[in-house]
Amino acid sequence: MSNNSSHITEYKVLGRILLILMFFTFATISVTSFNLASFTVTVALLIAGIKGYFVLSYFMHLKYENLLLRILVGMIFVLFALIVLITFIDYSYR
Amino acid sequence: MSNEVNKIEYVSYLEHQGRFKGLKSWIFATDHKRIALLYMYAIAAFFFIGALLGLLMRFELIAPGETIMKAQTYNGLFTVHGVIMIFMVVIPGLSAVFGNFFLPILIGAKDVAFPRLNLFSWWIFVFGSVLAVASQFLKSGPPDTGWTFYAPYSTTTGTSVIIATTAAFILGFSSILTGLNFLVTVHQMRAPGMKFFNMPLFPWAIYATAWIQLLATPIVGITLLMLIAERLFGIGFFDPNLGGDPVLFQHLFWIYSHPAVYIMILPAMGVITEIVPTFCQRKVYGYKAIALSSLAIAGVGFLVWGHHMYTSGMSENARWFFSLLTFIVAVPSAIKVFNWISTMYKGSIDLKPPFLFALAFIFLFIIGGTTGLILGSVATNIQVHDTSFIVAHFHYIIFGGMGFAFFAAIHYWLPKMYGRLYNFRRANIACIIMFIGFNTLYFPQFVIGIQGMPRRYFDYLPQFQTGHMISTIGGVILIFGLFYMLINLIKGARKGPKAPANPWNGSTLEWQIPSPPSLENFDEPFEVKANPYDYK
Ligand code: HEM
Ligand SMILES: [Cu+2]
Repeated sequence: MSNNSSHITEYKVLGRILLILMFFTFATISVTSFNLASFTVTVALLIAGIKGYFVLSYFMHLKYENLLLRILVGMIFVLFALIVLITFIDYSYR
Repeated sequence: MSNEVNKIEYVSYLEHQGRFKGLKSWIFATDHKRIALLYMYAIAAFFFIGALLGLLMRFELIAPGETIMKAQTYNGLFTVHGVIMIFMVVIPGLSAVFGNFFLPILIGAKDVAFPRLNLFSWWIFVFGSVLAVASQFLKSGPPDTGWTFYAPYSTTTGTSVIIATTAAFILGFSSILTGLNFLVTVHQMRAPGMKFFNMPLFPWAIYATAWIQLLATPIVGITLLMLIAERLFGIGFFDPNLGGDPVLFQHLFWIYSHPAVYIMILPAMGVITEIVPTFCQRKVYGYKAIALSSLAIAGVGFLVWGHHMYTSGMSENARWFFSLLTFIVAVPSAIKVFNWISTMYKGSIDLKPPFLFALAFIFLFIIGGTTGLILGSVATNIQVHDTSFIVAHFHYIIFGGMGFAFFAAIHYWLPKMYGRLYNFRRANIACIIMFIGFNTLYFPQFVIGIQGMPRRYFDYLPQFQTGHMISTIGGVILIFGLFYMLINLIKGARKGPKAPANPWNGSTLEWQIPSPPSLENFDEPFEVKANPYDYK
């Protein structure tokens, strides 16, 4: 069930995560200058996925939650990836 | 025992005096039980409106040619009927009404995790519904796209598509918030000692449903926004003339709408799983298999949406892949049917109304489910796609399934909700009338569907007339049965004899508290059983 000890993250850690997120935001913009053809979407989603991981783990404290909740949230990412993948079974073979 | 024991201090949630009086004490209530009733009244009203629209369509179809309405009116009617029934009746349906009322009680909580958010969801629901109904009366005419809003037609038709999709978008918010609320409730509000695998199976079903509501609904929300953006600003998402892809709309729409059929049916299965053990006085067969098959359905159900698109021009590989996955998702549904039947085996069966409705559910659900396999296989699907075979199939699943489960649930829980009993004999008669009406209405549609009667047509070739005629007669019988049931229920809820706390000798937590429950459900300590269904 719930973990009652609410975790307080240090400012230093939060600052570092912010820097990482900014880095990936620039990455999102700069990859658009390369022509990745059919991998454009994949790369954009990968970068967004990494950013999402950091936001969820640190800003939303998922890292300090119990295992069950972490697995559940992880499964959502897997599900999303599967849905995108399956959609492209149509688009790549049409 | 009844609630006579502590009559003096005992105040039920219906009599409880809160901050407001009269109507306000309802529409501003944060008590999950009052909100459940609010949903029920709204949904029941929409259901009867929708059913009457359905009957109007049936009268149009009683003979070939124009009978009582113009083609465009018919197009509007099936769209409105579909939008009302899907977005305003069956998607909120069981989870907003019985989930709200009984999820907290069954897990030993005094309310949902976020009571105010719960009330807010109801208000959003009402707002969205008003908008949906309003779209019918605007100058541009009722939307004529069908409830699926397929592009590119929906991006070009002159009818009130924008209002209708906005309404569906808003209704989606209500669904998301309800799902979120229930997820947190199950994770955080379980009574001490109640682990996940001590929960009854209705909460399990609501829990699995809540995940779908939370994860799938945003997708249709975005899709409808894209549609609106395309109509208003000419952004080419779907219209090939603007460089868009109409099949993309179908992908996005069904990525939500297939899981949405599990939003409808999972809680229905949950209800049946509560009723069967109670009326057989037997431990439910395969508790864990049922609990986990709910989650399996919710998960795999996300990956089969393409079975609605076999004829849309999707790639060959996608077609066989979706067909394969569709057959896989049938397995956990079948597991449940086997479990219900095994639970009945050697039980001491008591044919009271809730159980009779549950039996009707199982029968109709099996017909709906097996015809679903015919649709899941690419080859046969192409033959019957967009014929009245489809109409028959989904009415068997949604109306025969979810609808009859709703009727079963109200007959099961009404004594708890209102503290009164209805007339059993009349309830059984109503069930039998509806069962006959239902099959007379929809079974012929399988037959004429295979023969080639297209769906969403207001006219047809003379060869289909016999089927349509029988079907319309069935519709009249069904509507008659519906009203007969409704009157019996209303009479029971208002003036029926007082119900004891546990009229069915049930073993789950709701039967351990007085009927109707008090504001906070549990005034006295209660026992959490390791197995919620420990009969004998
Ligand atoms: C008395 C009850 C009902 C009657 C007489 C009825 C009748 C009909 C008819 C005649 C159609 C049009 C078929 C066509 O031309 O393609 C239809 C479509 C439909 N019905 Fe019903 N129906 C009833 C109840 C329900 C219920 C309870 C639900 C859902 C829970 C439902 C959901 C739908 C949907 C989704 C459509 C498809 C709309 C579309 O094609 O866009 N109906 N119904
Ligand atoms: Cu489907």
